[in-house]
Amino acid sequence: MSRLTTVDTPAVAPGREAALAVVRRILFYVLVGLGTVFFALPMLWLLSAPLDDTPTYAVRLPDALTLDNFAEISRNRYAVSSLVNSTVLAVGTMVLVVVAAALAAYALSRARVPGRDALLYLLLLLSSVVTGTAAMVPVYLLIYSLKLIDTHVGVVLVLTGGLLPAAIFLLKDFIDTIPRSYEESARVFGASPLQILRHIVVPVARPGLATIGVWTLVQVWGSFLTPFILLSNPDKQPAAVLVRTFYTEGGSPDLGLITAFSLLYSVPVVLMYLLAWSRYGFRFHGGIKS
Amino acid sequence: MHRSIGARARMLAALAGVLVVAAATTGCLGGESDTDSGRNADAKEFTLTIAANAIAGGKNAAGAEWVEKWVIPQFVADQKGKGRTVTVKFQPSGAGDEEYKSKVALDLRAGTGADIYSIDGIWVGEFADAGYIKPLSDLAGADKVDGWDGWSQIPQPAQNNMSYQGKRYGVPSGTDGRVVYFNKKLFAQAGLPADWQPKSWDEILAAGQAVKTKLPGVTPIQLNAGTAMGEATSMQGALPLLVGAGAQIWSDGKWQGNTQAIRDVLGFYEKIYKGGLGDPVIQQDAKGRDKSFQAFAAGKIAILFEGDYFWRSVVEPNKGIAKMADRNDAVGYALIPAMKPGAGIRGQDFVSMSGGGGNVLNPGTKYPQQAWELLQFMNSKEATVALLNGAARITHRQDVNSEVLAGDPMLSMVSQKVLPLTAYRPGFAVYPQVSQALQQATLDVVTGKSAADAAAAYQRAVEGLVGGADKVASG
Amino acid sequence: MPPAETATAEAEAVVTPVGVPAPAGTPTTDVVGLGRLRALGFITPALLLIGVFLIFPAVWTLYIGATDFRLTGTQAAEPNIVGLANYERALGDRSFYNSLWLTLLFVLGSAVIGQNGLGFALAWTLRDTAEWVRRTVEALVLLAWILPSSVVAFLWIAMLERDGGTVNALVGQVPGTAWLIEYPMLGIIIFNIWRGTAFSLMLYGAALSSVPPSHLETARLAGASGAQTLRDVVFPYIRGHALTNTLLITLWTFNDFTPYLITAGGPNHESEIIAVYIYNTAIVGGDMGYSGAISLIVLLINLLLALVYLRAIRTAARLRRAT
Repeated sequence: MSRLTTVDTPAVAPGREAALAVVRRILFYVLVGLGTVFFALPMLWLLSAPLDDTPTYAVRLPDALTLDNFAEISRNRYAVSSLVNSTVLAVGTMVLVVVAAALAAYALSRARVPGRDALLYLLLLLSSVVTGTAAMVPVYLLIYSLKLIDTHVGVVLVLTGGLLPAAIFLLKDFIDTIPRSYEESARVFGASPLQILRHIVVPVARPGLATIGVWTLVQVWGSFLTPFILLSNPDKQPAAVLVRTFYTEGGSPDLGLITAFSLLYSVPVVLMYLLAWSRYGFRFHGGIKS
Repeated sequence: MHRSIGARARMLAALAGVLVVAAATTGCLGGESDTDSGRNADAKEFTLTIAANAIAGGKNAAGAEWVEKWVIPQFVADQKGKGRTVTVKFQPSGAGDEEYKSKVALDLRAGTGADIYSIDGIWVGEFADAGYIKPLSDLAGADKVDGWDGWSQIPQPAQNNMSYQGKRYGVPSGTDGRVVYFNKKLFAQAGLPADWQPKSWDEILAAGQAVKTKLPGVTPIQLNAGTAMGEATSMQGALPLLVGAGAQIWSDGKWQGNTQAIRDVLGFYEKIYKGGLGDPVIQQDAKGRDKSFQAFAAGKIAILFEGDYFWRSVVEPNKGIAKMADRNDAVGYALIPAMKPGAGIRGQDFVSMSGGGGNVLNPGTKYPQQAWELLQFMNSKEATVALLNGAARITHRQDVNSEVLAGDPMLSMVSQKVLPLTAYRPGFAVYPQVSQALQQATLDVVTGKSAADAAAAYQRAVEGLVGGADKVASG
Repeated sequence: MPPAETATAEAEAVVTPVGVPAPAGTPTTDVVGLGRLRALGFITPALLLIGVFLIFPAVWTLYIGATDFRLTGTQAAEPNIVGLANYERALGDRSFYNSLWLTLLFVLGSAVIGQNGLGFALAWTLRDTAEWVRRTVEALVLLAWILPSSVVAFLWIAMLERDGGTVNALVGQVPGTAWLIEYPMLGIIIFNIWRGTAFSLMLYGAALSSVPPSHLETARLAGASGAQTLRDVVFPYIRGHALTNTLLITLWTFNDFTPYLITAGGPNHESEIIAVYIYNTAIVGGDMGYSGAISLIVLLINLLLALVYLRAIRTAARLRRAT
């Protein structure tokens, strides 16, 4: 129960109040500081190991600074093409997911579709099955029968199917919070639903769309099993598959190559996230809430 | 009546799904492949693809480079001389063994993919049972296959590694052998001889004890254990010991269960790990094998059981992943002794295990004759020498071995002394799971169970795997 | 001037943070004139993709759960329908229960408590900080989420290394504890908190900004402590959001496979959460039938969890409308 007091009769002595405030401030800074350290610490290795001549698992200033690891990556025939492939897959899936999800989420949000919640949850649950390993054989055979084995299109379609439910779910939630008043007025002026979607809803929903886009891109960028199963030609393999091949002959991980490539592999996705974040902010929810 | 869009769409989708499932799974998968071994035999222009779990700049890079830089150009030129225009492609992969195996299985199942696949010898049984691979003579014609002169250069046990139920399914591509390594410098400090050759397990324990007493801080013995190291535990640890105790994991229709030999093996593990002669923690580490290599190279492990791979790729002075500049002086090697002299299989005093893989033909290939020609080409004497690229390595061809190993005493020893003593793993589909049960048994011992309990649990596991106690030897 | 463009210009000019959100749960009326047919048309692309590439393979997988299909061996060539045998096997399989129990711990520890708690704590504390502090922390938290899985797995292997890992170096014991061997579950729980807090942080950040500042001001003037403010003012507003968040991260964490890259389910199955268990059964064991059955069981458990959450969300919404 909150104590009801007025401002001009403080219930606690001013000195003690100030001390408490200071303690609170300190705790607060400690929390923020700890949080920062907690999140930043593991990433330090990614900065120190690639430049190390004999990298180990320890984060340390390299005994011998070297760019050899990167040089060896550049000599690797598949390194650059794998990054290109990752981009192709990621952008392709992102476009497909955002477009399909935007259309579907809008319709599900605005039209009277009873049972849609149940449908969405069911799809969400099924998506966990299809992205798991148990679905490996059906996915392979399905793509094989569509003659899309060893094509980027096949991979994009499978990944899209797996990501759409969550994308629609999140986007619908987002669009629900956009007031219908603008669409109503547009309707009065005779705009078609597609026009309304394009000219009114999309601009407002941009943060949500950007977030879904980035989310999709991140999921695809790190996806290993599906591309591995469906692609044979090494020139088509994305970076997520290639990074798993940096082992030496007996199967020991080559830390120099792995960390160097991981750094390169992370850069595009980080850049893109910074781009989306600075332009749109990162919002899963609350499009126009106060 | 009023059905909502969502519900109707849901129903339709589900119905469609079930119908297609029923249709597809019964008529399941991959087209009926043409079984005529002479099909397209006269083609003048064709493409062949070779697939292997190797990739330039990554896993098994040497193998990948050999295919891309030697096999392909040479074969293309060779065929051109015969008036044929050939394109040969290489399909590399660098994934983990199990993932590669799944991928190959899927491709073979659908009848698509490469024409020649490199696979591990222990997969032959299960792939054959599944219909993924067929006997070579069925695919390319018995006279063509049996008539190859290369077979006479490949020892029978190695051929058996790529055979199943008496039929050849592929051509082996190399073999290896296991020995026991030791650090001569540490031995000198512990008062042990530099030309150490243990003749029994007790001698190994005694040497370990000496190291433990005189050199605290050094792990005396590294004997692979546990499931984290996978097949490396079986191949470098449990199985060489088992044949040293006089039994093969499968013989005469029965798998080893809770037998005296298994109890002996687990008892040896117990003596090492409970006697403070080994590091139990590293056995459970996901990267334990690599760490043990680094520890040996750093002089922190005195005795290590490994294959010749260790000599030529791990502690190799120039390119090894845990290189030792003084390898030739500091690393000693000896034959793995049987439990006691004469206690090994076939009454041997010394034992070993060998593995290896080989290349098989894809039954769905469009050009079986040409693929067989390529396969022979890849396993000719010159091709095998080219694969070595100057490095010393044990190949599947004896004529090549006697030439190239002359300069490397360790590998010569393996080729001449170890290979005649060695044993191979059984090519049954269920072997990998039995192997896992064996690895689990060693893990049980390392984590504290008694050898007797671990052996009993192992027996139960194997019975479940192979379908009944009558298929498991015990006692 | 075409009407649509006027409306657009209006919309873009008038959009402000203060809007009128549609109350959750009320039936929507078709203000946009979508109509049944057109709505169906909008949904069709997604439905088609989902139908072919999600529902079909998923149903097929579940069907395989009723067979003894393996990827290799005789059961690969001729799988038999074994009905419920795989399920019986699962229900009697100790390693399956082990995996379920570990998954429960994983979800509770890293998602329900960890990500939720840390996300909220950071969102709450960062409200009153300088812009640059907030942006930096947000950036770091999001970065942890953006980096690809194989990369972060390696980062954490390096962190928790026995000989020279960052944690041991900080604690001052090299070589110290082999964290991933002695405390594997703790390791992956902390890892997953690190990895996934971003979502909760963003959600709570948005949710907290929707709490009317006037209410918070009133509480402060009335002398309510921080804890009381949280309890009486903030929670009622964000209860619905908290539940939705928890539902999503529960489902995602339940099926998360990334810890495999760190511990591979080991040592000795001690961190074999269900996604890893399915992977080991399918790829390492080659037993597709069994893994299909397990997938269905997992699906049903997820369904159960979702229903529990949905009921809670509906109750929360009802309570909110009543206040």
